[in-house]
Amino acid sequence: MAGREQHGVWVIGLTFLVAFLLAVITLPQWLLWARPEWLALVLIYWTIALPHRVGIFTGLIVGVLLDSVEGAIFGQNAFSLMVVAMLSLVLYQRLRVFNVLQQAGTVFILVGINQLICQWVQNLQGRGIDSLLFLLPAFSSALMWPVVLQVLRSLRRHYRVS
Amino acid sequence: MGWPLGVSIKPLFTEESSLGLRSAFAVLVVVGLISADLRFNSLATTRSVLDTVTAPIYWVADIPTRAMEWSNKNIQSRSQLLDENEKLTRANLVQDGLSAQMAALRAENVRLRSLLNSAAILQDDVLVAELIGVSPDPMSHQLVLNKGANDNVYIGQPLIDADGLLGQVVVVGGYSSKVLLITDATHSIPVQVNRNGVRAIAEGTGALGTLEVHHVAATTDIEEGDLLVTSGLGGRFPVGYPVAVVSKIVRDPGQSFATVEAQPSAALDRSRYVLLVFTSQSSAAE
Repeated sequence: MAGREQHGVWVIGLTFLVAFLLAVITLPQWLLWARPEWLALVLIYWTIALPHRVGIFTGLIVGVLLDSVEGAIFGQNAFSLMVVAMLSLVLYQRLRVFNVLQQAGTVFILVGINQLICQWVQNLQGRGIDSLLFLLPAFSSALMWPVVLQVLRSLRRHYRVS
Repeated sequence: MGWPLGVSIKPLFTEESSLGLRSAFAVLVVVGLISADLRFNSLATTRSVLDTVTAPIYWVADIPTRAMEWSNKNIQSRSQLLDENEKLTRANLVQDGLSAQMAALRAENVRLRSLLNSAAILQDDVLVAELIGVSPDPMSHQLVLNKGANDNVYIGQPLIDADGLLGQVVVVGGYSSKVLLITDATHSIPVQVNRNGVRAIAEGTGALGTLEVHHVAATTDIEEGDLLVTSGLGGRFPVGYPVAVVSKIVRDPGQSFATVEAQPSAALDRSRYVLLVFTSQSSAAE
């Protein structure tokens, strides 16, 4: 689409930066497993809202940075976030007309897939877990979705990000 | 500028056709990354560079903790400070006494070692580092320290606290580094029983309070409460740092090996100030 004006792209970068902070901030031991996947949430939102700007490669880059932050194998979060972005790109027209509850349900499944992929790559490294605790972030992310949606939507409207 | 509200969401049907192509390319990139890192271990430099870029995130996320600590330090009553001062003075006196004794023992040890024609064990240099973060992934036990290549931290460097060994450095960025704890499921460390010198390998389990000691023959002389110290075999860790205390032994006659569990001596989830050890071997090698 030639001639489309980029507007407020820095807002996207800033929201990802905040998501990174939330992703590493210290949590009490009992909450450790339930930390929402903030980066996946932000990525899903921007993919739905601006599919022409945010997508698979954004997921890839953010994922590699998250791998570096977590000290995980390079490619672990890149893989999972890329798949999340790809699925959101496939689903974005449907997601836009969903109500918040339906969206949260979809987010639950997307983050669940994200967690499964991360778990699969960790298993390659010999660091697997034999309980289903690793799916807990899917619940907490779905719970946080309405908040994330409201905040990011008002940011996008306020700064007219396009 | 001045777009009407609805316009900023633009459905794009034209680009959808290339989605499969882009996904395929991205999958190739990811598979390349994973295999390069996992199988060929060839991304150490990339990791170190990226770590320098991403470390400030931990630094910023740590600000609330540091603010709390600062206020705890600065908003204290005079009597509290006096109490603490007195306690520290006493502790220091005791330590001084012990270290005077240590000096005599060390001299004696060097003499005896020279009689036995074995190399003298030198005192290791240490560098105090501060914890600025913990890996958010509960499956991987990694710490982020505020010292990096700038302070000559190197990969494989041992990390200890007052009670024992914590782990080793795995990523060195410019001004920060990442440490793999001994309890991480991918970590193993050669140890020996302090009481009788029996050698073994302690592996992390992924649980913070437990190490497993593998391949201990059922008849080996090892008991609950035995202290495991680093054996120095493998050349990565210096000899003699406490690692763990044996907490549970199951000797099943049907199994050829005993199941031995041990509890790490170091405060893995509580230490904020830790010591990076510059071993005499590594400084000799550099």
